[in-house]
Amino acid sequence: MKIHEFQSKAIFAKYGVPIPEGLVATTPDEAGEITRGLGGKSVIKAQVHAGGRGKAGGVRLVSSADEAVDFASQLLGTNLVTAQTGSEGVPVRKILVEETIEVADEFYLAFLVDGSTEGVVAIASSEGGVDIEEVAESSPEKIIRISVDPVLGLQPFQGRKIAYALNIQPDLVRSMSSVLAKLYDVFVSNDCSLVEINPLVITKENKILAVDAKINIDDDALFRHKDLADLLDSEQEDPGETEARKFDINYVKLEGDVGCIVNGAGLAMATMDVVLSGGSKPANFLDIGGGADEEKVANALRIVLMDSDVKLVLINIFGGILRCDVAARGFVQYGKMNPSIMRHMVVRMLGTNADEGRKILSESGLNITLVNDLAGASKAISALL
Amino acid sequence: MGILVDGNTRLVIQGITGREGSFHAKRCREYGTNLVAGVTPGRGGQMFDDDIPVFNSVDRAVVEKSANCALIFVPPAFAADAIFEAVDSGIPTIACITEGIPVKDTIAVKRYIRDKSVTLVGPNCPGMINPGSKAKVGIMPGNIHKPGRMGVLSRSGTLTYEAVGQLTGLGIGQSTCVGIGGDPVNGSSFVDILKLFNDDPDTDGLVMIGEIGGSKEQEAADYIKENFNKPVAAFIAGRSAPTGKRMGHAGAVITGRSARAEEKEKALSNAGVSIIPSPSQIGATVTELMS
Repeated sequence: MKIHEFQSKAIFAKYGVPIPEGLVATTPDEAGEITRGLGGKSVIKAQVHAGGRGKAGGVRLVSSADEAVDFASQLLGTNLVTAQTGSEGVPVRKILVEETIEVADEFYLAFLVDGSTEGVVAIASSEGGVDIEEVAESSPEKIIRISVDPVLGLQPFQGRKIAYALNIQPDLVRSMSSVLAKLYDVFVSNDCSLVEINPLVITKENKILAVDAKINIDDDALFRHKDLADLLDSEQEDPGETEARKFDINYVKLEGDVGCIVNGAGLAMATMDVVLSGGSKPANFLDIGGGADEEKVANALRIVLMDSDVKLVLINIFGGILRCDVAARGFVQYGKMNPSIMRHMVVRMLGTNADEGRKILSESGLNITLVNDLAGASKAISALL
Repeated sequence: MGILVDGNTRLVIQGITGREGSFHAKRCREYGTNLVAGVTPGRGGQMFDDDIPVFNSVDRAVVEKSANCALIFVPPAFAADAIFEAVDSGIPTIACITEGIPVKDTIAVKRYIRDKSVTLVGPNCPGMINPGSKAKVGIMPGNIHKPGRMGVLSRSGTLTYEAVGQLTGLGIGQSTCVGIGGDPVNGSSFVDILKLFNDDPDTDGLVMIGEIGGSKEQEAADYIKENFNKPVAAFIAGRSAPTGKRMGHAGAVITGRSARAEEKEKALSNAGVSIIPSPSQIGATVTELMS
């Protein structure tokens, strides 16, 4: 789960990671007020769940309260489109108004779960404030990686190792090591999957500051962090994704027009791949997930059809725990009750009670093409679109 | 023969009295697996399915019923504890089906088993099945499998069934099918299981099913290139997936270039693996590979 920069910074502050002075504003007047309080100068940053805000015009340095009001009124209530959002962008409801910083040096710092070492790694680079993926690609020698033993936690020597590798001036090595220790504490105490500071800044007054902050929380651990679960801003995600979460359905909206409903994540990805290799584009990823009944199946169809771009729905069910007849009843039930929004369905069913499921579908009177395998599904889609 | 499970498997199911646990305990038994015990703390003394004793702890199942394999259906919040208990009781082969375990817990599990002689498959996996020995330790539909000499190794559940269904449909049987799970940190990696298949005299070739996220497929490619002495066909799911979005599986998210399907295919292809171009051609590619 993603949270906002201002929420991440509040967590940083709680653990003693130094952050710039600043406050959140929800109206232009508040932005002006806060800027006045900061001495008539501030940095205003749109609070959205997407990177690339700076390039998209979501961040600006203002040098008066009036300018703050102006910029805030341009931002608040609009949608910000960045390289990481869809073409509709994401709504800006809050802005962070912070003190301006005189930067002497900037770095990249992160903790994340690393699949290859099967633990947490610290990643640091002297190339702060830029796209770290690009640095990793163009100059991998500038990326420092340190594995953390889950039993020991981050040790002081590892903090020093990173500080020395970053060529930090000697009198700041200890503070840097201390910031790293606190950041690791943030990571493990809150079940994070990513904690990132880009850039971490050394100011002209020789202070270390987390000028940006990004925290992702492990969705699977939210059950033991009620306070963090409350930080969810569902406005930042697709309405279908919010709706799907309520029913424990895995749904990700994509840009295509072939809706997909599948049981199992791997098969769902493979089904999207079939759509793509047939020359069409999947409108979504959807894994119905475990414990599905007729109602859950009907909701899956409803969620896919919430996307008005969907012209056709491809259903691929490998019956196991989820029986095909149950799935078929769910689709038919929803289809009959909502004829005006229904789309043609291409259905492939296999496994437990597949024959019964196919019979229910073919006798339903709905627009359905039954296919036997994935190649058949691909052909049917091309013929229908 | 085959790997991990066979006629000598004596299975204990942790969480046997739960909804999923009891359902699949019966299916495993019907398939022919030697289910010897169940464990649910607080339910010790009960019987499951008339004649399977339920114990309060795994060590009792080991002492009284000589259990040597554990299958775990415990909810996410308690699953790591269940794995620790199975390992501590000396069970050498463990499969954990549970989906949604916090990654911090799985990291601790991984650290705990690092120096122990135990094979943990999963979590978030379908388990493993050896059709020739009638041993099923998992949730896969038994009837789609057929005894034979192809190994199947996958990060997925239903996509593995798809692959097996295509193989069986073409008359190609399986020695053992293993699903290692869709989480970013797994008990066993592709390489861990590849080593077992390499040494299995009853496996002639392998179908490997990977997906976007992480770099385990690249590690598998390195191992296959240097050490694996049997033909391999591989499919990587998620060519159509966007960057940065979690595709259902916690581990299926493109975080960098190496996590992309194309990069994984390239690495495997360089290792001499036949790449399966579309999920509809798994069976066809294997037929060609093995002829």
